[in-house]
Amino acid sequence: MSQHEQTLRYPLPQEDALAAPAEWERLRSECPVAAVELPSGDEAALLTRHEHVKQLLSDPRFVRPTSADGAARVAPGGVGGAAATGDSTAVPDRGEEHQKWRRMVGKWFTARRMSALRPSIAEIAETLIDDMVGQGKPADLKAALGFPLPVYVICDMLGVPAEDRARFSHWSDAMLSLTRFSQDEIDTAHREFVAYMGDHIAAKRAAPADDILSMLITESAEEGAGLTDSALLGTGMGLLVAGHETTANMIGKMVAMLLADRARWERLVADPSLVRTTVEESLRFDANLGFGMRRYVSEDVEVGGEVLPAGTTAICSMQAANRDEAVFAGADDMDLGRSPNPHLAFGAGPHSCLGQALARTELQVTLEVLARRLPSLELAVPVSELRRVEEMLVGGLREVPVRW
Amino acid sequence: MKITVDEEKCCGAGQCVLIAPEVFDQREEDGIVLLLEAEPAESEETDVREAAAVCPAGAIHLAEGG
Repeated sequence: MSQHEQTLRYPLPQEDALAAPAEWERLRSECPVAAVELPSGDEAALLTRHEHVKQLLSDPRFVRPTSADGAARVAPGGVGGAAATGDSTAVPDRGEEHQKWRRMVGKWFTARRMSALRPSIAEIAETLIDDMVGQGKPADLKAALGFPLPVYVICDMLGVPAEDRARFSHWSDAMLSLTRFSQDEIDTAHREFVAYMGDHIAAKRAAPADDILSMLITESAEEGAGLTDSALLGTGMGLLVAGHETTANMIGKMVAMLLADRARWERLVADPSLVRTTVEESLRFDANLGFGMRRYVSEDVEVGGEVLPAGTTAICSMQAANRDEAVFAGADDMDLGRSPNPHLAFGAGPHSCLGQALARTELQVTLEVLARRLPSLELAVPVSELRRVEEMLVGGLREVPVRW
Repeated sequence: MKITVDEEKCCGAGQCVLIAPEVFDQREEDGIVLLLEAEPAESEETDVREAAAVCPAGAIHLAEGG
């Protein structure tokens, strides 16, 4: 880390809800491994180049820090939900145990299996858009479509009945929070979720059905030591925390980015075959992806000619890496036909997003249905009035006001 | 074009299957890559190159020509 660099506060300030911070380009070119101060006051090393972010995320030795590591904390006093502190998941996060878990769960998320979900996701999207249109314009597309769609899909996968979807949304929201909820509310949400899932898992053990928990129960038992209740709980929690807020926000941001320059939206409406590459480009272009992926550097590692000493907490900024001109020509232009698009929105390597085929499917189907149903869609406010969610690990827009 | 895949590196992201479903699949038992066509038809080559370029694990290797 360059000593002459003044320590930056992280997250970096962003003037506009959709724009990339000017600082990224300077960091990538002049200070690709930068000392930053987190909201907790702890220090970390910020990586902004595609090559470096990919290298560190792909290194199987390094995983997300937990409080046991003594790594830099995100928020003051260790507050925040489990996703911020890294605690209370019973899912093995390293070594052979992790690989075993990942492969067991990963088989549920194969691309073909996710593609088979397309009709049911399209149906959810159609219904939510019907409701939004029925309530009249303008509407908040995030609340009407982005937020409910992924939680409905996850509830279906977990075998959770439709009437419990609203409670799941709330728990998920609270468990990811940094400061928006009080510690009390976060603890209550966590406790309620644990209690609900305990009953739910017991019910699945008694009567397995066509859901991911039943599959894990049945198949892990066939292989010998079955998964414990706490591993199943951790899996359910992981899916909710990893798959809800992220996709919900991405739906909102993707639509906002496309409507911010309406020529983009018109291009997509005129040529729906661009949906797949548009989703990838939205993931790449998103300057508001979230906090970044933390890695606890447990032994010395060289990054771009500098040694990150053991004990460093690294923040891998996938969103800064995704604007790296060394990899993406015209990185600051949103090009709906860009291909190939090796963005790092889902991370890279052995810990890259397990649910990425699901996320892609949800985003593609949502965009397809939306462009077909509401080709006249436009933002109901100027881009400058879009506001970012400030308190969460996952970046998003508070609202996406639209009319059609 | 000749394709080889590294099953040890594969992280089961499924990007290759979404892009080139005629060439790649995932194993039922663990979601790891399954190569359907080691020497794909010319019409598939563009998709295969894209799949290799975006693989988050860098698990797809291409030998061009031949």
